[in-house]
Amino acid sequence: MGFNSPSLEYSALAPMLVIFGAGIIAVLVEAFVSAKLRPSLQLALSIGAVILAFAQVIRLRGTETVTVADNSVIIDGPVLFMQGTILVFALLGLFLIADFEQFAAQASAVPGSQEERTAIQTGKMQTEIYPLTLFAVGGMMLFPAASDLITLFVALEVLSLPLYLMAGLARRRRLLSQEAALKYFLLGAYSSAFFLFGAAFLYGYAGTVQLSGIASAISGGAGNDVFFLIGIAALSVGLLFKVGAVPFHAWTPDVYQGAPTAVTAFMAAATKVAAFGAALRIFYTALAGAEWSWKPLITSVAILTMIVGSIIALAQRDVKRMLAYSSIAHAGFLLTGILALNKSGLAASLFYLAIYGLTTLGAFALVSLVQDSAGEVADLNRWVGLAKRSPLIATFFALFLLSFAGIPLTSGFIGKFTIFSAAYESGNTGVVVVGVLSSAVAAFFYIRVIVMMFFTDPEEDTVTVTIPPQFTSTVIWIAALTTLAFGVFPTPLLDAIASLSTFVR
Amino acid sequence: MTSSNLVYFVALPLFSSALLMLLGRKADKWGHVFATLVSASTFFIGVFEFLAMRDRAVEMRAVTQKLFTWISVGDFQVDAALLLDQLSISFVLLITGVGTLIHVYSITYMSHDRDRRRFFAYLNFFIASMLLLVLGDSYLNLYVGWEGVGLASYLLIGFWNQKPEYATAAKKAFVMNRVGDFGLSIAIMIAFATFGSVSFAGIEEKVGGASETALTAMGLMLLLAATGKSAQFPLQAWLGDAMAGPTPVSALIHAATMVTAGVYLITRSNFVFDAAPNAQLAVVIIGVITLLFGAIIGTAKDDIKKALAASTMSQIGYMILATGFGPAGYAFAIMHLLTHGFFKAGMFLGAGSVMHGMSDEVNMRRYGGLAKFMPITTITFGLGYLAIIGVPPFAGYYSKDKIIETAFNAGGLQGIIFGGAALLGAIITAFYMTRVMLLTFFGNKRWADDAHPHESPFLMWAPMAVLAVGSVASGYLLYSGKAFVTWLAPVVDKHKHEHVEFLPPIVVSILAVTAVVIGVSIALLKYRGEQASEAPSDVNIFTRAARRDLLQDDANEFMFMRPGQKLTSALLATDEKVIDGTVRGVGATMLGSARGMRKLQSGYVRNYALLILIGALLILGTIWVVTL
Repeated sequence: MGFNSPSLEYSALAPMLVIFGAGIIAVLVEAFVSAKLRPSLQLALSIGAVILAFAQVIRLRGTETVTVADNSVIIDGPVLFMQGTILVFALLGLFLIADFEQFAAQASAVPGSQEERTAIQTGKMQTEIYPLTLFAVGGMMLFPAASDLITLFVALEVLSLPLYLMAGLARRRRLLSQEAALKYFLLGAYSSAFFLFGAAFLYGYAGTVQLSGIASAISGGAGNDVFFLIGIAALSVGLLFKVGAVPFHAWTPDVYQGAPTAVTAFMAAATKVAAFGAALRIFYTALAGAEWSWKPLITSVAILTMIVGSIIALAQRDVKRMLAYSSIAHAGFLLTGILALNKSGLAASLFYLAIYGLTTLGAFALVSLVQDSAGEVADLNRWVGLAKRSPLIATFFALFLLSFAGIPLTSGFIGKFTIFSAAYESGNTGVVVVGVLSSAVAAFFYIRVIVMMFFTDPEEDTVTVTIPPQFTSTVIWIAALTTLAFGVFPTPLLDAIASLSTFVR
Repeated sequence: MTSSNLVYFVALPLFSSALLMLLGRKADKWGHVFATLVSASTFFIGVFEFLAMRDRAVEMRAVTQKLFTWISVGDFQVDAALLLDQLSISFVLLITGVGTLIHVYSITYMSHDRDRRRFFAYLNFFIASMLLLVLGDSYLNLYVGWEGVGLASYLLIGFWNQKPEYATAAKKAFVMNRVGDFGLSIAIMIAFATFGSVSFAGIEEKVGGASETALTAMGLMLLLAATGKSAQFPLQAWLGDAMAGPTPVSALIHAATMVTAGVYLITRSNFVFDAAPNAQLAVVIIGVITLLFGAIIGTAKDDIKKALAASTMSQIGYMILATGFGPAGYAFAIMHLLTHGFFKAGMFLGAGSVMHGMSDEVNMRRYGGLAKFMPITTITFGLGYLAIIGVPPFAGYYSKDKIIETAFNAGGLQGIIFGGAALLGAIITAFYMTRVMLLTFFGNKRWADDAHPHESPFLMWAPMAVLAVGSVASGYLLYSGKAFVTWLAPVVDKHKHEHVEFLPPIVVSILAVTAVVIGVSIALLKYRGEQASEAPSDVNIFTRAARRDLLQDDANEFMFMRPGQKLTSALLATDEKVIDGTVRGVGATMLGSARGMRKLQSGYVRNYALLILIGALLILGTIWVVTL
C-alpha cells in the first residue's frame, strides 16, 4: 500500500497559508530575537501577514468556486467575504493590541510573584500575543471554509486554543483574567466534546464526514434517524456555544469582562464571524434538507437568546458585561438569519456580521480609554457625565450604542432591517416579532447609558479619559465612520454581498 | 430635452459656500471676491441658457437634467433632477442677477465686519438653495431648496446674533416658517397618496383623474406653505422682525427672491389650482387681505426698513392675488415679481446707503433733506419709488396695472370687490411710499447732532444704479407686445384660455393713475413740512394699531402662544403621569426579571456546565418532540 500525498491547491489556500506561515515564523521570532527588537518586529510581521493575506483574498474574489485539499476545504464567495472580514477585524484588533500595554509581562508567571516582578523590572516582556492572534485568525478563516466535519473540528480547536490563552493575559486584575481564561477553556473543552460527539453520530448516520455527503444521505432518506437527530442536537450545542446563544452563553460575560479589552474586542468581532460562518454553512448546505428537524430548535434558541440577552443587559453595572449581553442579544438576531434559509438571509447575515464587528471593535476600543489611576474603569456609575469631560469620546460611544440599538442612519439599523426582512420573507413571523420587541427593550438600556453620559451631572469621583494612542484612535475613527457610512449608503456593500452570496453545496 | 449644464447652477455656489466655511479665517482676504465671482458666473450661465432657450422652438424650450436616483422603493422612484423651463429661467436670471449686484454691494457694506467671509458663504449658500428651489423638477427636490433658503434666511437674520433681539427675530422667522413648511410636507404627502408621484410632470399628467377634494386639500396646503415663506396673512408677522439682518440680506432674501417663493410655488402648481376653484378663491382672499394689511402697516412705520418690509408684504399680496385668478393671472404675477425684484431691491440698497451715511440710524423722523447730501441715492431710490407706486411708464405701472385689471375681470361682485381692494391698495401704497420719500430725502433736517450724511462709495451705488435702470425699463420690456405673457404661456396657460374683459384696459389705467395721484396728494399735504423728530403720541386708535403691526403679535400670542403653552403643559402632565407611568412600570418589570435571571450567572464553572448540559438535553427533547 503506497502513501499518496494529498494534492494542495496553494493558490486558493494562500490567505490561510500566509497567516499560518507567519504564525510559525512569529514563534521563532519569540524564541530567538532579542527582547528589545521583538515588540516592533512582531507587530510588523503580524500586520504584514494580515495585509498580504487580505491581498490574496482580494486576488481570489470572483474566481471560480473550488473544492481544495482533498475535498476538505471549500473556497466560495461567502467564504472569501468572511475571510476578508476576519482579516479586517484582525488588523484592527492588532492595532488595539499594539497600543494596549496592559498585557502580563510573562504569561507563565503567577500574578504578584517574584518572576513577574523581575520580568517587569528587567523589561523582559514577552510578546506571544502576536503569534497567538495569528493562529486564532488562521483557525477562524478555516472554520467557515471547512467542508467536512473533521476539518471543522480541527479549525474549531485551532481558533479556540489561542483565544483561551489570550483571555488570560491581562496585567491588571490578573486573577479575574486567569479565572476567565480557565472558565473559557473548561467550558470550551466541554462544548467541543459535544461537537465531536455530534460529528461521530452524523458519521454513523451518513457514513461520511463530508457535508455534501450528509446532504445527499438526507435526501436519500437512508440511515438511522436516531443517530441523525442525536448528531444534529450535539453538533448544534457545540456551534451555539461558540456563538454565545442561550442557554450556552454563560461564559460570555465572564470572559468578556476578564479578558484584556483589546482581546475582547477582537474576539467579540472575529469569533462571531467565524462561528456564524460555520453554522451558516452547516445549516444551509448539509442540513438544509432536514429543515423540519432543526428549525423548531433554532427558533426557540433564537427567541430565548434575544429575550434573555436583552433583559439581563438591563441590570448590568459594568460596561464590558453590558456589551457582552448585548453581543448575546445580537447572536439571537443573527440566528434569525440562519432560520431564513434563503439567499437574502445569507446576504443579510454576512452584512450584519461585518457591520456588527466594526461597531463592536470601536465600542471596546473606547472602553479601554476610560481610566482612573488603577486602570480601566468599566463601572457604568462612574461613566456618569462623561460627555462634560470628553464630549468627543461620549459622542462616539453614543453613536456605537445607537447602532447596537438599530436606530436609523446607523449601520445597525440596516443590518437589523435586512436580517429581519429576510426572516419575515421566509415565513418566520414569530421570531421577527420577538426580535423587534427585544430590540425595543435593548434600545432602552443603550439609551439609558447615553442619558447617563450626556444628561446627568458627574459626581466628584472622576475618571479620566486617556488621550487615545495613535492606533486606537484610528480604530475608533474607522469604526465610527463605517458605522455611519453603512447606515447612510449601505447599497454598495449590500450589492457586493448579494453578488457572491451562495454557498457551494 | 436634456442638458448637462444645469447642475452647475447649484453646484458652483454650494461648493464656494462650503469652501469658505471650511477654510475659515484663511479665506478672509479673498473670500468675498471669490463668492462674488461665483455668483456672477452663475448669472452668465443663466444668460447663456436663456439665449439658447430663446433660439429653440417653443416646444423644445424646457430642458431637464437627471443627477441621480434619490429614492427607489418598489414602484416609487424619485430622481434628483433639475428642470429649466420658461418659468424657472425667469427666476434664475432674477436670483443670480440681483444676487450678484447684492454681492458687489455687500463687499463695501460689510467691509467693517470681521465675519464678512462667513456672510458671503451664507449668501452663496442662499443662492444655491434658491436655485435648487426653482430648478427642482419635483415637489421633493423643491422642498430641499425650500428648507435650504429657510436655513439661509435664519442664519442671515441672526447674523449679528450677539444682540439677543436679533437672535429672537431669527427664531421667530424660523418658527413661523416651520408652520408653512408643515403645509408643504402635507401637500407632498397628499400628492404621493393621490398620484403616486411627486414630480411636477407626473402629477400634471394624472391631475384629470383625481378627485376635487384631494386637489383642494393639496391646494390649501400649498397655500399654507406659500403664506409662511412669502409672509402672507396669517403667517406674516416674521417679516418685519427679519429686518434685523444686514440690509443687503433684506434686499436679496426678504424683498427680491426668497419671499417670492410662495408665488413661484403656486404658479408652478398651476395644474393643481386650475382644477380646484375653491383653493383658488382662498388664494385670492389671502392676497387681498395681505395687500391691504401690509399697506396699512406701511403707513405707520417710522423705521425705514420696516416700512419697506410692510410694502414688500403688500406687493407680494398683489402677486398672490394675481395667481389666484389662474391662467389669466400667472404671467402678471411673475411679471410683477420680476419688476418688484428690481425696484424693491434697489430701494432696500438705497435704505442701506442712507443708513451707511447716517451712522446706522433707521428712524425716518431723524432723516430729512438728505437729497442734497446723497444725490445718487436719492435718484436711484426715487426711480424705484416712481416704479412701485405705478407712475407710467415706470416698471410697476405695467405690472400692477395688469393685476388690478385681472382682478376686475374676475367679473361680477367678486371682480368689483377684489378690483376695488386692489385699487384701494394702490392709493395707500402711493401714500406711504410718498411719506417715506418725503421724510427721508426732503423737508427739514431732523438729524442727530453727530450725523454726517455723505454719499456711499462706488461699489455701493453702482448696483443701485443698475437696479434703478431695471426699475425704469423692465416693465415696458416685459409688457410690450405681450412678450412675457407669450413666453410663459407654455408653462402656465397650456390650454389657451379665452380671457374675458369686463372693463376696457384704458379705463383701468385711468383708475390706477388716479389712485396714485390721490395717494401722493394726501401724503404731500400731510408730510410736506414735517418738523417733529419724534413720532406724535396723541394719535387715533387706528394709527396706534397700525404702529403695533395691526396687533399681529398680540393676535399670535393670544391665539397660539398661550393656548400652545397650556397644551404643552397639559401634554407634559399626561406624559409624566400616564405614558411615563406605563413605561416605568414596564421598565420595572423588566429590571425585576433581569435581576432574577442574573442569579443564573453565579460565576461557578460547574453551574455553567450544568446549564449547558440542561440546554443540550432540552435541545434533544425539542427534537424528539418534533419528530414524534
